Amino acid sequence: MALTLRRRRATEVTTDEKIRIRSVESIDVTVMIGSAISSFALTQLLYETFLPLSGALGYIVVWYALFLAISWIAVRELRGTVRAKDHLARVVVWSGASLAIVPLVLIVLYVIGKGYHALRPQFFTQDQRYVGALSDATEGGGSHAIIGTIQQVGIASLIAVPLGITTAVYLNEVKGRLAKPLRTVVDAMSAVPSIVAGLFIYAAWILALGNQQTGLAGSLALSVLFLPTVTRTAEVVLRLVPGGLREASLALGGTEWRTTSRVVLPTSRSGLVTAVILGVARVIGETAPLILTVGGAFIMNWNPLSGKQDSLPFFVFRLIRFPQESQIARAWTGALVLMILVLVLFVIARAIGGRGPDHIGRLKKWRLQRKGLA
Amino acid sequence: MTDLQITTPVPTVGSSTAVVDDETRGAAGLTAKNVACWFGTKKVLEGVGLDMAPGQVTALIGPSGCGKSTFLRTLNRMHELVPGATLAGEILINGVDIYRGAIPVTDVRRRIGMVFQKPNPFPAMTVAENVVSGLKLSGLKVTKSEREDLIESCLTKAGLWNEVKNRLGDPGRALSGGQQQRLCIARSLAVSPQVLLMDEPCSALDPTSTRRIEQTISEISESVTIVIVTHNMQQAQRVSDRCAFFLAAENEPGRIIEEGPTKDIFTNPRDSRTEDYVNGRFG
Repeated sequence: MALTLRRRRATEVTTDEKIRIRSVESIDVTVMIGSAISSFALTQLLYETFLPLSGALGYIVVWYALFLAISWIAVRELRGTVRAKDHLARVVVWSGASLAIVPLVLIVLYVIGKGYHALRPQFFTQDQRYVGALSDATEGGGSHAIIGTIQQVGIASLIAVPLGITTAVYLNEVKGRLAKPLRTVVDAMSAVPSIVAGLFIYAAWILALGNQQTGLAGSLALSVLFLPTVTRTAEVVLRLVPGGLREASLALGGTEWRTTSRVVLPTSRSGLVTAVILGVARVIGETAPLILTVGGAFIMNWNPLSGKQDSLPFFVFRLIRFPQESQIARAWTGALVLMILVLVLFVIARAIGGRGPDHIGRLKKWRLQRKGLA
Repeated sequence: MTDLQITTPVPTVGSSTAVVDDETRGAAGLTAKNVACWFGTKKVLEGVGLDMAPGQVTALIGPSGCGKSTFLRTLNRMHELVPGATLAGEILINGVDIYRGAIPVTDVRRRIGMVFQKPNPFPAMTVAENVVSGLKLSGLKVTKSEREDLIESCLTKAGLWNEVKNRLGDPGRALSGGQQQRLCIARSLAVSPQVLLMDEPCSALDPTSTRRIEQTISEISESVTIVIVTHNMQQAQRVSDRCAFFLAAENEPGRIIEEGPTKDIFTNPRDSRTEDYVNGRFG
């Protein structure tokens, strides 16, 4: 044994062939396949011959439980208890993760399947102006809802992002006396049901102050939901900035504000982008706060400050309840477009600010070179 | 090397509150009188008095937990950043109290710079940006050509220029550990401090980088007073003019046991505990 080992090393060391690190050994695969087959056979036997059982879900559960038990025994016989536990944990984690992805994939595929029929270029350019009860699903479009969503979420982020990051800075950098109660308030805000946010804006902004239902009113309702998400995420992100960097900045004679604005915030830039993304994700699919505030519309309204607007979730909510097939198809297309919109926004956000603090983009490089800093 | 000090541009102070005069230029003397420190109710330092003469290198030595880093942090008002930390006594720069005097805390810290144990270049800045970051952070304004000169002269003084002159646009953290620490020294020098505090600056570095930093210390010590905390006895002997030995008995605050010229501390200590420590018998 020792002799063969030495000889192999002597011949292989001279080549540059890289070692292939295998995380799963072939024996494991064999055990898995064997366990799967034998547990399947056993389940089949139980269901068809011995027990009065039926039903697909129970079948799968029994199969999975038997699979775990059989592979546990097999690995324990081959490798001992410690390895068997490791194997079991790996299988459970893998199957849990796969199971979690299933509904996500199903939702996406389902919406694509339902929505792509009526997805035509004019969905992005036309509104529902000339759509009648008997119009085909491919006629008209949802551009008014797309513009509404973009404007409402845009204005909501203009309100909530600066406010949220400022609050996070107060909670984590200033650490003022109000930090603790403020954190409680923010936590309570994140638990506000979205319909309550809509009711609040409806009562306070529209009824009490006498404003109209507008895109802006919708934005206000959305920012109530947006703010706590951004604040708490940004706070966690700021906490991750090493204290040594703050000390280094202060030791150079930096003021608190410059330490925050020039060191802490730039260092946590990609995390702050994540905070914004999570905030947008929180509100972009909201329907309830918009029902009372934006009013809904079938035609394009470019002005978020005046007149009713539509939004994609609201568009879906209204159209899906129509009796006509064509309207229902349009609603699904609206849902699909909403998903695409979210995807596009997130990709853009990642591209703009998602890289780590070490990343130097083209724009920054140009700016640095102009200042003689690169 | 000596002509570099002449080419170093003098940044003009942008804020109107700061007074620019000779008092804020060149190596300054630092004096601690009867300093005591607490973390919460725990007293960690007591009756510390020390004179750090202009242009000299003072080494603070002693076993872990004796309060030398705490003392160092009182010298540029970093101690107070720890929640619950308090102190008593006087710290004077050129005779002016840094706690009760008229000098704003940001000016205190600009005039008394600090290099930390762990290299901590700003991750979101390039090598060049890191060097001049102190100017931005403390509101000092320079022209583009002054900035370029400052970057070169500070990196040269820190012994880093030749290694990074073609990498000025790289992120600060792309450098090796030793280079990062020298970048931090260059960063501290860029705001022309009168005193530079160094808290075990070589403890995370390899021997070559350590030697390079010791060389840097001896090169810059003419124009800036240096106070260095070190656990390395040889380093203390190599770089320092004077030495202060700190010691804390169990459950008691740390004190200075002995203080004097480095040669005396190492070859002819007055206190037996100093002798035991510098000869490696404890600590």
